[in-house]
Amino acid sequence: MNILKTYKIYINGQFPRTESGRTYVVNDAEGNPIANVCQSSKKDIRNAVQAARKAFGSWSERSAFNRGQILYRIAEMLEGRKAQFLEELTQQGQSLETAKDEIQLCIDRIVYYAGWCDKYQQILSSVNPVNSSHFNFSMAEPTGVVGILAEQSTGLIGFVSQLMPVIAGGNSVVLIASEQLPLCAITFAEVLETSDLPAGVVNILTGSADEMLPTLAEHMDVNALFLSNVDAEMEKNTQLSAIDNLKRVIVKNDDWTKEDAQGISYISSFQEIKTTWHPIEQIGGATSSY
Amino acid sequence: MTESNNNWEYAPSLEGTSHIQLKEKYDLFIDGKWVKPSNNRYFDTINPSNEEKLAEIAWASDADVDLAVKAARKAYVEVWSKMKASERAKYIFRIARLMQEHARELAVIETLDGGKPIRESRDIDVPLACNHFFYYAGWADKLQDAFPNRMIQSLGVAGQIIPWNFPLLMAAWKIAPALAAGNTVVLKPAETTSLTALKLAEIIEQSGLPAGVVNIITGHGDTGAAIVNHPDIDKIAFTGSTAVGKLIQKSVIVTAKRVSLELGGKSANIILEDAPIDQAVEGIVNGIFFNQGHVCCAGSRLYVQESIAEEVVRKLKQRMQSLYVGNPLDKNTDVGAINSKEQLSTIEKYINIGINEGADMFQVECEIPSKGFYCRPTIFTNVAQSSVISQEEIFGPVLTIQTFRTIDEVIQKANNSPYGLAAGVWTDKGSRIFNLTSKLRAGVIWANTYNKFDPASPFGGYKESGFGREGGLHGLEAYLK
Amino acid sequence: MKAQKSLFSEIPKSPTIDKVGVEERVSRFQTRSIKGATKMKGLSMVLSMIDLTTLEGKDTPNKVRQMCYKAQHLHNFQEGLPTVAAVCVYPSMVSVAREALKDSTIKIASVSTAFPSGQAPFEVKKIDTQFAIDAGADEIDMVISRGKFLAGEYNFVFDEIAAIKEICGTKRLKVILETGELATLDQVRRASDIAIHAGADFIKTSTGKIQPAATMQVTYTMLMAIRDHFDRTGVMIGMKPAGGISTSKLALHNLVMVKEILGEAWLTNEWFRFGASSLANDVLMQYMKQVTGKYQSADYFTID
Repeated sequence: MNILKTYKIYINGQFPRTESGRTYVVNDAEGNPIANVCQSSKKDIRNAVQAARKAFGSWSERSAFNRGQILYRIAEMLEGRKAQFLEELTQQGQSLETAKDEIQLCIDRIVYYAGWCDKYQQILSSVNPVNSSHFNFSMAEPTGVVGILAEQSTGLIGFVSQLMPVIAGGNSVVLIASEQLPLCAITFAEVLETSDLPAGVVNILTGSADEMLPTLAEHMDVNALFLSNVDAEMEKNTQLSAIDNLKRVIVKNDDWTKEDAQGISYISSFQEIKTTWHPIEQIGGATSSY
Repeated sequence: MTESNNNWEYAPSLEGTSHIQLKEKYDLFIDGKWVKPSNNRYFDTINPSNEEKLAEIAWASDADVDLAVKAARKAYVEVWSKMKASERAKYIFRIARLMQEHARELAVIETLDGGKPIRESRDIDVPLACNHFFYYAGWADKLQDAFPNRMIQSLGVAGQIIPWNFPLLMAAWKIAPALAAGNTVVLKPAETTSLTALKLAEIIEQSGLPAGVVNIITGHGDTGAAIVNHPDIDKIAFTGSTAVGKLIQKSVIVTAKRVSLELGGKSANIILEDAPIDQAVEGIVNGIFFNQGHVCCAGSRLYVQESIAEEVVRKLKQRMQSLYVGNPLDKNTDVGAINSKEQLSTIEKYINIGINEGADMFQVECEIPSKGFYCRPTIFTNVAQSSVISQEEIFGPVLTIQTFRTIDEVIQKANNSPYGLAAGVWTDKGSRIFNLTSKLRAGVIWANTYNKFDPASPFGGYKESGFGREGGLHGLEAYLK
Repeated sequence: MKAQKSLFSEIPKSPTIDKVGVEERVSRFQTRSIKGATKMKGLSMVLSMIDLTTLEGKDTPNKVRQMCYKAQHLHNFQEGLPTVAAVCVYPSMVSVAREALKDSTIKIASVSTAFPSGQAPFEVKKIDTQFAIDAGADEIDMVISRGKFLAGEYNFVFDEIAAIKEICGTKRLKVILETGELATLDQVRRASDIAIHAGADFIKTSTGKIQPAATMQVTYTMLMAIRDHFDRTGVMIGMKPAGGISTSKLALHNLVMVKEILGEAWLTNEWFRFGASSLANDVLMQYMKQVTGKYQSADYFTID
């Protein structure tokens, strides 16, 4: 007899059970139970946002190179645990072939965003030739704490495609996993935990999106939301809840299994442009020739 | 010499108004024509410096808004979106030139209608507005170079609602990038300051810009709401209060409209002990008393390091005594009239709150005109971070001053606000500047300067100060798919 | 009088200065519009604050006498005009000026300390100063040792000023910083603070031999030093921009700056002077324009 694994949630670099003490059962394609998964609650959202806020400062201040190293490390760790992801994806109903493809695409995508970590700034930033004696430049800075509602229709590639550009850009994340396909999300948390990613940068909760998303959308300490392929009603309600603190709400309706469902625009959606001015002293007489 | 012999007061030096041509009544500028409002309603616009009526302004109804949007749509579909980009550029350049030629007239009208000192409208508002058109004109045929990895496309019809603090400049900030990116425009100025936008409409008429590309309609909040709610508008650009910004965001949620919001602020201006102190004092003055403090990015929360606090406050008070408050048309006026009676009472409400909160108030001792809306430059010391006056946007010449001991402390305090529009940092040490500028959560950071603006420089906020950028290459983004 | 009013080590740390900020501040003074009676009064004040100057190798007693005559007769142009504050000459010309001005209240200022370079032994500088005083100078305009200053030998500069002040006694000492050679406003401020603390009664921008001379940025910086000293001690120090101020407009902007930084108490020739040779005529022309309503010609205003 197989042991029924209990998947816990991931907050602040630890794997607690949900505050609510609730779980739900995830079945395989034939309807046999394969795991117990946490049915997270509002309080878990609260704790996760707290952890994300705490982690934001130091993560956003890491050198871009270092963030790139860590993202690449995530790809390496995923590579090493391919077998477990393959098992989970197939257990949840995918063919071996598509599961293999999905994992490979994930690894490639993480490597892709690892490479962006120290490059997007150069593309999004500018030096601005102002009409006065000032040096003026604009640069991209992470928006802050980003809430992600994972793509619900895929077990792995969806949320990975959402998560990577957001953390590549220096944000911290509270991610609500796919309700029906949550296993890989928690296993991915184990990958993150062994990848030198600082605690709290990514927090992953499982459970009902209907229950948790409104809390996340209303949370005054969340700066942006990233939704994927949600219905109109959910999008509208989320947008309405987001108004109170003017969260940036990004909705993408991509097919994440496509190779081109990636790019700098996924990073720039979670960046703010900061413009800095400083006087330039011009010493009289030293201007003519040099 | 005796004391009295040293007296040397500046005689009034009023900017002439004889060259200004104002109509008695202004209609709506729709489809290249001046159209009477369908309800035949008009409202008065007054000079806030003496409460005299300047002109009557049309009050656009929903039907008028619809007419303007239809004109803008038609112009978009039939003319503007088909026009060669380089031709589009030339129209915008031409508007810039015509504005430059009308600069003096625009400056005087801006001052008459809005109450800001002529020195500012002449030296800051109007030149910047002209430059904005000039800057974006050149982008019109280079959009693909701005976004090389993207198929760029204009949005369609942009509805633009602007505030009363920089009437002409805000019109330029909105119209210039919209046109350069290939959109057509329905713009509504604020009800207290319609005149320069209407003058701009005359200039646009003169420029030969195809009819309907820019429509300028005037009115109150209901006119603005009609623009926001119009189904055939693709983009709403708004500058104004955070409260109204949120309402707009709410109304457009179910629509496909794109939105950019430039909202309120309570920006921190931070003076460290090694700052160039006299220039910092100047920066404080510029930060809060520029345009009577009617500036969304005003440096309204001053943080001074404890070791120099006494000196800075003393120097600030001294400097404030040399500010001339009064007739905005006087070339020597530094602080003009408050834009409206409503705004004056809001400011006075906050001053009373400050007094009741137990803060110490200092106001410039100066005569102010008996008619018109005026507020003496005001500072509060002995203020707490949790005082109402140090949290809420006052939008007037009122500064709160707090002290701090360490850099970490001041970063925390500066960021401790729902807003994130701007911040100022004053210190002589380069590495410290970058420490602060990178940790302050705000869209514009002025280091060793304050309240500087330029068409090439992106402007816009973090958090509740809005989203989207205006100015520079980044400002194009808001008007492109 | 004691040798040193204060010690070099007691000079407060000079604040740093941001030049771009200073330029912006100064441009604000330049936008002040001075009209009508304010302009008349201002022009009259400017005349009364001029140190009418000739400091040339080719100066002769006759040249100095001509200048002294003009200094006393500005009212020939218009009733009620004041005389200039002083004439400013080399030590060798002091006795000539003394004789020419014997019936006048116009002061005689003498440059000293091996003006303009200051490159002479300390003993020579002292003799130079004593000579001028003995010849009848009311005021001494000394130069600081810029080479020493730029080499960081602030103590040397301080001691030199203090020693010259000791020789001056009650005669007022103007200390010329020669700001065109100090290169930065930070240095101008530092030199101002040193001069003030070493006993200067006035600080003065330039010799007139080096460009740039009395720019408004430099004068602003020095006025702020005077302001800070006054706020700290209650002691007033005078200011003399010299060199490059040749138009009424620029002179009036200087007065605007003095009024707004130091206050009207400084708007007298006891506390503010212009070192200039050609300014007086431009002021006279502007003044007559105000009186007559007609633009004036230089042909009607005597050179000396």
